Amino acid sequence: MSVSVMEGSMAVAEAIKVCRPKVISAFPISPQTHIVEELSKMVADGQLDAKYIRVDSEFSAASAVYGSSATGVRSYTASSSQGLLLMIEVLYAMAGTRLPVVLTGVNRTVSAPITIQPDHQDTMALRDTGVIQLHVENSQEAYATHIQAFKLAEDHDILLPVMVCMDGWILTHSYEPIKLEDQKLVDSFLPNFVPKYRLDPKNPLTYGAYADEQVQEFRLMQHFAMERAKSKIEVIANDYQKIFDQYYGGLIDEYKCDDAEVVLVAMGSVIGTFKDAVDTLRTEGVKVGIVKVRSYRPFPGEKIAQAVKNARVVAVMDKSMSVGQGGPLATDVKSAFANKEAPPVLSCIAGMGGRDVTIETVRKMVTKAQLALKTGKIPDIEYTDFRPEYLED
Amino acid sequence: MASQERINLLAPGHRACPGCGAAVALRQILRPLGRNTIAVSATGCVETFTSPYDQSSWEVPWMHSLFENSGAVASGVRAALDVQGEKDVNLVVISGDGGTFDIGMGALSGMLERKDNVTYICYDNEAYMNTGVQRSGSTPHAAATTTTPSGKKSYGKIEYKKDVPGIVWAHDAEYVATASIAYPQDLMRKVKKANEIYGPKYIQVHTPCCIGWGFDASKTIQVGKLAVETGLVPIYEMEKGQPVKVKKAAEKKPIEEYLKVQSRFKHLFKEQERDEVIKELQAICNANIEHFGI
Repeated sequence: MSVSVMEGSMAVAEAIKVCRPKVISAFPISPQTHIVEELSKMVADGQLDAKYIRVDSEFSAASAVYGSSATGVRSYTASSSQGLLLMIEVLYAMAGTRLPVVLTGVNRTVSAPITIQPDHQDTMALRDTGVIQLHVENSQEAYATHIQAFKLAEDHDILLPVMVCMDGWILTHSYEPIKLEDQKLVDSFLPNFVPKYRLDPKNPLTYGAYADEQVQEFRLMQHFAMERAKSKIEVIANDYQKIFDQYYGGLIDEYKCDDAEVVLVAMGSVIGTFKDAVDTLRTEGVKVGIVKVRSYRPFPGEKIAQAVKNARVVAVMDKSMSVGQGGPLATDVKSAFANKEAPPVLSCIAGMGGRDVTIETVRKMVTKAQLALKTGKIPDIEYTDFRPEYLED
Repeated sequence: MASQERINLLAPGHRACPGCGAAVALRQILRPLGRNTIAVSATGCVETFTSPYDQSSWEVPWMHSLFENSGAVASGVRAALDVQGEKDVNLVVISGDGGTFDIGMGALSGMLERKDNVTYICYDNEAYMNTGVQRSGSTPHAAATTTTPSGKKSYGKIEYKKDVPGIVWAHDAEYVATASIAYPQDLMRKVKKANEIYGPKYIQVHTPCCIGWGFDASKTIQVGKLAVETGLVPIYEMEKGQPVKVKKAAEKKPIEEYLKVQSRFKHLFKEQERDEVIKELQAICNANIEHFGI
């Protein structure tokens, strides 16, 4: 074990290195680039014994690891924004073919307008692909979650792709002290990949068959694997803690929820800011807590409902929008609370296209949630830090 | 090859149309490759008719993922074989002209650039047959398809067929050839030769489609032969940028003989002014005959 100060992207590359993937394929896109550049260098320097396939597009990157994973080796890719969107068709097929590829989804918004700034619009578009989505709060968690992701994906009860989502720039390009784990310890946690099936002339199998009649059951089998992943994610996080003494939550993590009247729900790097905001608000006598959603798919509705059972109101922050519906995370939380005794849910949209989410932003959400409680009126959507001057008539 | 010729790695009972040229090609392609082979296919006729769930006809490991990515998937398969020390496994891509000429061109180009050890075979039935005979970049000039129909203001497809073997050759591929199911020994020899060369190889196999082109299911091979004998579909190998071992036609057939047996060209014979189009097609044949030395 050693601790070094490094960029979030380097932490991810270091995590991938100790996971010993045999095939890596990627196409560069900001802000994912530093990860795949560093991995290229590790391969070039002989630090990482893997085949690195340089491709013509993200579509081909996903396709190449589709092929390598089906041929029985641990495989990795990473992308952002438009690149993730270009991968979508492959990701559906990858989940359907039950290939345990791990990818990093470096969150960046989606065109138009074009920008390289972060929000969750990109990975939200991948929501229904059958790819497990784990969101991380900081770079150390990104390091740990990538190692956990391979263990989860390759479990024969799961066999689904896993995407580790991390906010671009905010995490990938900021520096933190990172605890790097010893290779032997990682090997004991994550042994060599043993495929359940693979392309092999000694045992010829057909992959990607045409089906009509069985489609419903195939989709259901993916869903059941997602359901099984709920307990696996918890077990793997606990096992990781036993070996590496680091824990970031299982499906969710809670912060000061026990006595909280207002519980904030969010994902990703804003959680750090939220914790500071909660600490500040508590000195002012406001009882606030946080539920960090670590696993977005599978969605831990039961866990969230349990965590907020004593709260009077829940404020969910989304960094993306399902245009024509609202915040996807809020929608999922509301759906999880339906038909249950649960507090009312305020949906807050903020931080899109990289707009800063500050302690003041969080304070506004909490104030709106309190106001909603007082008046008994919950608005459909609260546009936090909304700037009306940018609207066109 | 005697023992190999008895191997049929495409089990009977698949769902190809009677008279399907691609099904004939598939059996010929798999024979010289043998069982130590992994096949990757793009979405298309072959994928559909060979792989209905739990009734697969493939006796070698086979994978289909999508329409436009078989080149990239093959690169991933080859990389995984290499890192596991399984370098002796044959790897073949079998994709249609839609997946090769059009939607999969980027992935094919990437595979060629990387010099990956893959034999890429395009079965060329000259349109999107699986979806109901829509045009592709391979559809010949003046052919009617469901998206280039003939009409008062249309004589079928305006564009010419893309020269994909030329595009592949421009990538400095190790081996480029065209073939036809009408000449099975030639096709099998080329597959065997390609498989024995290390690096990216490309074979484009002309596979007439009785449904899409409009001819009787018993005439698939004859139509394939006419395509070659008129000069419209040259059969050759490429060496140093030049066509070699060109399939000669002792007696060049006029293009009308090929056009008249297919309903996709029947509109050319209904109206007088379309003689010009037939002349244009004959000119394509004449240029091929001269360029390739047919």
